[in-house]
Amino acid sequence: MEPLDQDLEEGELEMPADPMSLNLGPSHPAMHGTVRIVVELSGETITKADVQIGYLHRGFEKMCERGTWNQIYPYVDRLNYVSPMLNNVGFSLAVEKMLGVTVPERSQYYRVALGELARISDHLTCNGAMAMELGAFTPFLWNIRAREMIWDILEEETGARLTHSFGRVGGMAMPPSKYFKDMVRATLPRVLAVVLESEQLLLKNRIFLDRLENVGRISKEDALDFGWTGPCLRSTGVPYDVRRAHPYLVYDRLEFDVPVGSTGDNFDRFMCREEEIRQSIRILEQCMDQMPDEGPMNIDDPRVVLPEKEDVYTTIEATIQHFKIVMEGIKVPAGEVYSYTEAGNGELGFYLVSDGSGTPYRCRIRPPCFAITQCLDKLIVGAMIPDVVPTFGSMNMIGGECDH
Amino acid sequence: MSIVVIDALKQRFAGAILETHAQFGDDTAVVDPDKWFEISRFLRTDSRCAMNMFVDITAVDYPDREQRFEIVMHLRSLERGHRVRLKARIGDPFGEADDDDDDTVQIDSVTPIWQGANWFEREVFDMFGVVFRGHPDLRRILMYPEFKGFPLRKDYPANKIQPLIEFRKVQEKLPPFGPDEGMSFGRQTHEYHRDDPQMIEARAKKPKSKVLLAPSQQKAPASQQKAAVTQQKAPSTPQKES
Repeated sequence: MEPLDQDLEEGELEMPADPMSLNLGPSHPAMHGTVRIVVELSGETITKADVQIGYLHRGFEKMCERGTWNQIYPYVDRLNYVSPMLNNVGFSLAVEKMLGVTVPERSQYYRVALGELARISDHLTCNGAMAMELGAFTPFLWNIRAREMIWDILEEETGARLTHSFGRVGGMAMPPSKYFKDMVRATLPRVLAVVLESEQLLLKNRIFLDRLENVGRISKEDALDFGWTGPCLRSTGVPYDVRRAHPYLVYDRLEFDVPVGSTGDNFDRFMCREEEIRQSIRILEQCMDQMPDEGPMNIDDPRVVLPEKEDVYTTIEATIQHFKIVMEGIKVPAGEVYSYTEAGNGELGFYLVSDGSGTPYRCRIRPPCFAITQCLDKLIVGAMIPDVVPTFGSMNMIGGECDH
Repeated sequence: MSIVVIDALKQRFAGAILETHAQFGDDTAVVDPDKWFEISRFLRTDSRCAMNMFVDITAVDYPDREQRFEIVMHLRSLERGHRVRLKARIGDPFGEADDDDDDTVQIDSVTPIWQGANWFEREVFDMFGVVFRGHPDLRRILMYPEFKGFPLRKDYPANKIQPLIEFRKVQEKLPPFGPDEGMSFGRQTHEYHRDDPQMIEARAKKPKSKVLLAPSQQKAPASQQKAAVTQQKAPSTPQKES
């Protein structure tokens, strides 16, 4: 390597005849998430790409095999750390499917409401970060401001801003706080206003549109073939939403539209997320109207749900029950189950195998963005280096989820 | 819903369907691993099944069973909206976790049928050491290439410590790239560059740079080097022209 203060004449430089290989990541300021892309370039066109993941692998599935069922909640929080509440709900539903129990109505509404709040914050973060990577910093700050309002509610409800660990098998950790509905009702219009503002900054911006439209296109058939789900699949025109196709919780009672795109390019993915924020707000408004104010949060089954703290300290039965659930774990019947919910990125599946003890035998997570990221190399081959940034951004790859 | 699929499978592959059940509402068929590819292709192409959405492929390790690994695949049909789980039991009980080169556990890859199986199969290979025959690019995905063993096997201890690995050899690159490429602090002369012919050449070309060489050393070596450089350069010129 020659020093920089050397004046080199161009004629003296030997130009390489081989394609240039360039290494993007694993830690790159223009990409969110730790992923490494080794690209081969011919000029500025990508001729070959190799996407390498695994930099955030923490052995989630191995860890799950070592604790009780309820000890998995902190782990699932850290899978998709942008919308942890959706993972909490998804895992709860999987275990409850095995136990054959259904949580009370109030709890179902509460799960839907918190989940939709998390979905809004997920989409806001993704779209904001994508705009920022394309040089539009203001919409990012705007979106984060809206996300902050949502996180304030979640903090008030769960006590934590990001990693809530709020779900429980058979219910939720706490009932909704006294002012939950008021807070949500007051915040939603403010979030909507901010989303509109940030959208206005982007959607008439020539630079932003040029970098999104017709970049990173994928056909409907290919997307299905690759196992895409969520907003990315819907952007290609497939109206598949788990909430609509296989309704769980109370989604069959709520009215919402499933936005679809037409071309499956980056712009469609962006717009699908924007529209889903509006639909989530619609769902939340209905939720607030329908959710009962009184009623139990947890199922009435002492084998599954922890007893009240007061009883634990005053009665021997509750003390024993508490001890058994905490030390031995919930006894989930032996068998296997695949449960799926609509997370921020698509179908979040849990394939659980139980041997009847208090510990899962196998806890497999099917991360939606794992399937989406494996297609990245197909989308960027033939494109240019600047196209990698919006294409990768619109996929919303979440390291924790993708790398387990 | 997906009873249709199970029935269709039973009709078409009577002998290869070893077991079916619908625990917790998930319709499952345990199939003969030799027919794994054929059955998968049938599920994809048959109009009654039309499983065009690839969902998931994973494995479960049962060390006590005669056939140690269970490959589990989940599929969904977009048009019909039904789901099915396909399982195959493979491996022998003595297929010990031999860490390396344990290719006794094999099954056909379904990547030619669903492209989406690519990474999922790589993950199963990475975590369980199951080799997928016909996979286009079977290498570790979540772990690094030098990793020893297969972490999700039940006999892999969770607290096992992996050996430190050697620094990987960086492939040869043309200047201006090098080991310290991209580092602002790397764009300077280091001790280990002193004997590098390129550095000597560069120094020779520009003797006025004071940072690189002490003034006393500058003149004599520079002229010598220059001669060496021209000699070196001479044979390379015709190549350029041609």
